[in-house]
Amino acid sequence: MTDAVIGDVAAETPPPSYLGAGHTLLSWLTTTDHKRIAILYAISITFFFFIGGIAIALVRLELMTPQGLFLTSDAYNRLFSLHGIIMVWFFLVPSIPATMGNFLLPLMIGANDVAFPRLNLLSWYLYVLGAAFTIYTLISGGVDTGWTFYAPFSTNYATGYVIAAAAGVFVVGFSSIATGVNFIATAHMLRAPGMTWFRLPLFVWAMYTVSLVMVLATPVLAMSLLLVVVERGFGLPIFDATRGGDPILFQHLFWFYSHPAVYIMILPAMGVVSEVIPCFARRTIFGYTFMVYALIAIAVISFMVWGHHMFVAGQSPLANLVFSFLSFIVAVPSAIKVFNWTATLHRGQITFEAPMLYALGFVGLFTIGGLTGLFLASVPIDIHATDSYFVIAHFHFVMVGGTVSAYMAGLHFWWPKITGRMYSEAWARFAAITTFLGFNATFMPQFVMGWNGMPRRYHHYPDIFQAWHVMSSVGALILAVAYVLPLVYFGWSLLYGRRAPANPWNATGLEWQTSSPPPKENFHRIPRIHAGPYRYHASDRLPMADDRTPVRPQGETP
Amino acid sequence: MTTDSFMAVGSDYAGKVDETFWILVIISGLITALVASLIAGFSLRYRRGSNAWRGPFPERVSRDVEIGWTVATLFLFLFIFWWAASNQLAALDVPGNALEIHVVAKQWMWRVQQPGGAREINEIHVPEKVPVRLVMTSEDVIHDLFLPTMRLKQDVLPGRYTFLWFTAIKTGVFHLTCAEYCGTDHSVMAGRLVVMTASDYARWSSAQPEADNLARQGEALFYSLGCSGCHAPTSSVHAPDLHGVYGRAVHLSDGRVVTADEAYLRDSILLPLKDIVVGFAPIMPSFQGVVTEDELVKLIAYLKSLSTSPTLPSTAIEGGRAGTGVKQ
Amino acid sequence: MSDAAALREPWPDLQRQREGVTVGIWLFIASEVLFFGALFLGYTVYRTLYPEAFRIAAAETNVLYGSVNLLLLLTSSAAMTIAVDASQQEKRRTTLVCLGLTMLLGTGFLLVKGLEYSDDIAKGLFPGPHFPLQPPQTQLFWAFYWVMTGVHAIHLATGIGVVGVFAFILWRRLLPLGSPAIVGVATYWHFVDTVWIILFPLLYLVDRS
Repeated sequence: MTDAVIGDVAAETPPPSYLGAGHTLLSWLTTTDHKRIAILYAISITFFFFIGGIAIALVRLELMTPQGLFLTSDAYNRLFSLHGIIMVWFFLVPSIPATMGNFLLPLMIGANDVAFPRLNLLSWYLYVLGAAFTIYTLISGGVDTGWTFYAPFSTNYATGYVIAAAAGVFVVGFSSIATGVNFIATAHMLRAPGMTWFRLPLFVWAMYTVSLVMVLATPVLAMSLLLVVVERGFGLPIFDATRGGDPILFQHLFWFYSHPAVYIMILPAMGVVSEVIPCFARRTIFGYTFMVYALIAIAVISFMVWGHHMFVAGQSPLANLVFSFLSFIVAVPSAIKVFNWTATLHRGQITFEAPMLYALGFVGLFTIGGLTGLFLASVPIDIHATDSYFVIAHFHFVMVGGTVSAYMAGLHFWWPKITGRMYSEAWARFAAITTFLGFNATFMPQFVMGWNGMPRRYHHYPDIFQAWHVMSSVGALILAVAYVLPLVYFGWSLLYGRRAPANPWNATGLEWQTSSPPPKENFHRIPRIHAGPYRYHASDRLPMADDRTPVRPQGETP
Repeated sequence: MTTDSFMAVGSDYAGKVDETFWILVIISGLITALVASLIAGFSLRYRRGSNAWRGPFPERVSRDVEIGWTVATLFLFLFIFWWAASNQLAALDVPGNALEIHVVAKQWMWRVQQPGGAREINEIHVPEKVPVRLVMTSEDVIHDLFLPTMRLKQDVLPGRYTFLWFTAIKTGVFHLTCAEYCGTDHSVMAGRLVVMTASDYARWSSAQPEADNLARQGEALFYSLGCSGCHAPTSSVHAPDLHGVYGRAVHLSDGRVVTADEAYLRDSILLPLKDIVVGFAPIMPSFQGVVTEDELVKLIAYLKSLSTSPTLPSTAIEGGRAGTGVKQ
Repeated sequence: MSDAAALREPWPDLQRQREGVTVGIWLFIASEVLFFGALFLGYTVYRTLYPEAFRIAAAETNVLYGSVNLLLLLTSSAAMTIAVDASQQEKRRTTLVCLGLTMLLGTGFLLVKGLEYSDDIAKGLFPGPHFPLQPPQTQLFWAFYWVMTGVHAIHLATGIGVVGVFAFILWRRLLPLGSPAIVGVATYWHFVDTVWIILFPLLYLVDRS
């Protein structure tokens, strides 16, 4: 795929890896190396994943009985609100882009860093500042508006720390925007010679399209939260019906961001899966061009469907019709991607390492999540199912069954590259299978009880739903175990794991042409690209290299 | 509380929704089975080292397949959209003879006003086989009235009326609850939808303590609040005559023509400067804070009665249809 | 100081870096357009619903202050343009003077705004229980007035800060005159000016022909 440019590394001392270049805490906190910034993000979002996870563990525990166990209703309401806020903005939105995107984007396009390295560091500090507001909210007692902050409840009736919570989300939104600006400029301006747009790996396309959405959608969220803050804090009427304001205006502004937001959460996941499946099936991705256009179509149409969150909000039947129609249209490119991933397996040489297990799990769970989206796009179905557990099950299938599975797939796939260590394949496979089973046990019952009338955000609930809630909570326990396991075996791998070769999976892609972990300077000489990605076929004459590749990758210890 | 009180098929519309649901379940099941079996099948057949044949795949076939399943998916999704949309559109027309019940939501209860004057808390009694239209508003935050057996819900908003209509086809006691998060006791803001036979309902309704109907109570308010002071044709103040105003087209001073529905009447009382009728000065005071939601319901019921009742209420204005008031 | 000193990792050459800054700042401007756009949307919705109330409310704005501010910002944008031009022609003094002028005019805007705000408050034009105008929807206009001008002022103040820091950096020769960063600074400044050009008629010219 590339010239043998990287054998520049002579027999003298190889450069230190990016991990070794500078050992002090200060060197990490003032780094502009995209690889280190990715690690900073990874630590931060993992921390918040477990905070958000603990919140919902308490919720699922409380839901074992219809009248609750140990929480007041106010406490319960604050816990589910915190779970939503933290998982959406402090885990899911940054998850793949800020960690894997940051680490891999320059490597995959043959650049030495992102376009604006200092802006990259600033984006992490913005995340930390937003996180500080959120921790403050949490410690002070939380917020109970749900992650959706609907007016007039949030502006005039909520007790709890609405302003602090909104401030946290406002600030972390600018972290998103900064990352997006950086990625778009990087993709446009820093591709290596010969790396044309249609030679880019799909992961890069995913980072590019998600960045467009982040840059254009997030500011609207920022403004809608700012308006909630000024109404609550200064009494300025914006959504106040008693002075002519319209609470539905808030919903339009909020969902104009929050619908594209869910695509911010899924596009990167699709990018990861498009890297993993070809590698472990040993086949090029089926229909590369369609996959690119599908990503673009999803990103564009995602801006046109927000009203499907408002079918019962009081908007006109015509609006309902239009948004319903567009919601069906946006499902088509996603369906194409599912077919293409499946077709990639055809005539492959498939192996089932952990990344592949997670990726295949993604395809199945995303399919179910997406299909249930069609239910919700149908207005009469949605009128019954909205604000019920059916919706909760739907979005968890796509965001957890989907995005988190893909995050895990990517984490395992690139772990050797990022850390220079191999993880325990047996434990990882066990965790992957446990995740899949635990996930289904948690969320399948929620479809059933949702359709049968169990509303969401309910502390107390009618007795007839108890069996389903218990099933779901037990499933959640299994899922929790499956999510804690990687902490253990990844931690173990950092200390005792076998040192990883440059390309343990024999994958294509420029990132595998550097050592594991890569040196601080990605490329001594920018490579020249001659071909497209995923050249896995026997006819591609790619050496099916083992550990001892003929060309010594850049930065590898001799 | 039984499953039936949640999932009984409470109306013909509910039956149609269920039909759509199960069709979608079948289609989704088939697609999921297809994808799952392809993944499982390919994983098995093309696992590394198996002796399946793995020649190259022709580019042209590849593209045809792509286009094929894209088009097929598009058509399937458009079909589902059309199916669902036609159900939605068919359900939009409210029958003219609907029984109107007013619902006021507040943290954390439902106050219901029957047209016959009866008042209920967290319960709505309705007759079966008669179209019922709920006219709803909130006193504080956004709530949502959810009637699972009707497969219906509608957000209930402050400062506005929203509507829900259904025709119950079986008697019984069914679930009613709030489905828009509204604070501490959101999860216990539940109640009952009681569907009775028409004769039982009539009997129940007349047995309720507040037997005086809403319109009569509204008429009393019309006088006690001073509305008649300006709006009676004998008044020296030039104000629109409200005879027959409900449902009429109203010409406004900025050139627009609007229909005088509940929302218009409500706004006229609370925000009188919002829409000025052409030919009248903007001098009506606002009754915001003076009149409660319940009183608004009664006033509007009274104004509606000025259009529909064949004989005018006892102290109402005689004649005066031509010339004064709302111009056509 | 040579231009090479302005070259940053990972850019291969200064020209590409300059283009990169342009791409980056315009992407940021795009996000700002959506930020202010949401505000303009809210304003438009309410003005369409309550034209009479908006007319009554907007009559209380001070068109003199608004116009002076418009003039100040337009002039400051002119100064900024001259600064950019001068920097590309290696005219150090002109660049620094014009950047300083930009800051001065921007600060002048903020001072005038401060005077206007205190006038508005003296007239009681902050929405709340003692608001002097009727009907209640006039408070909607004034809510948007405070939010729109406030958010704009924060952007302007940030811009003054950025211009100041950048001028200082140039003055101390920490970066060469040809540094690509001036493109970003100038574009941002022009954007803040443009927002005021849009705000001005929305707030000051309602029914004032």
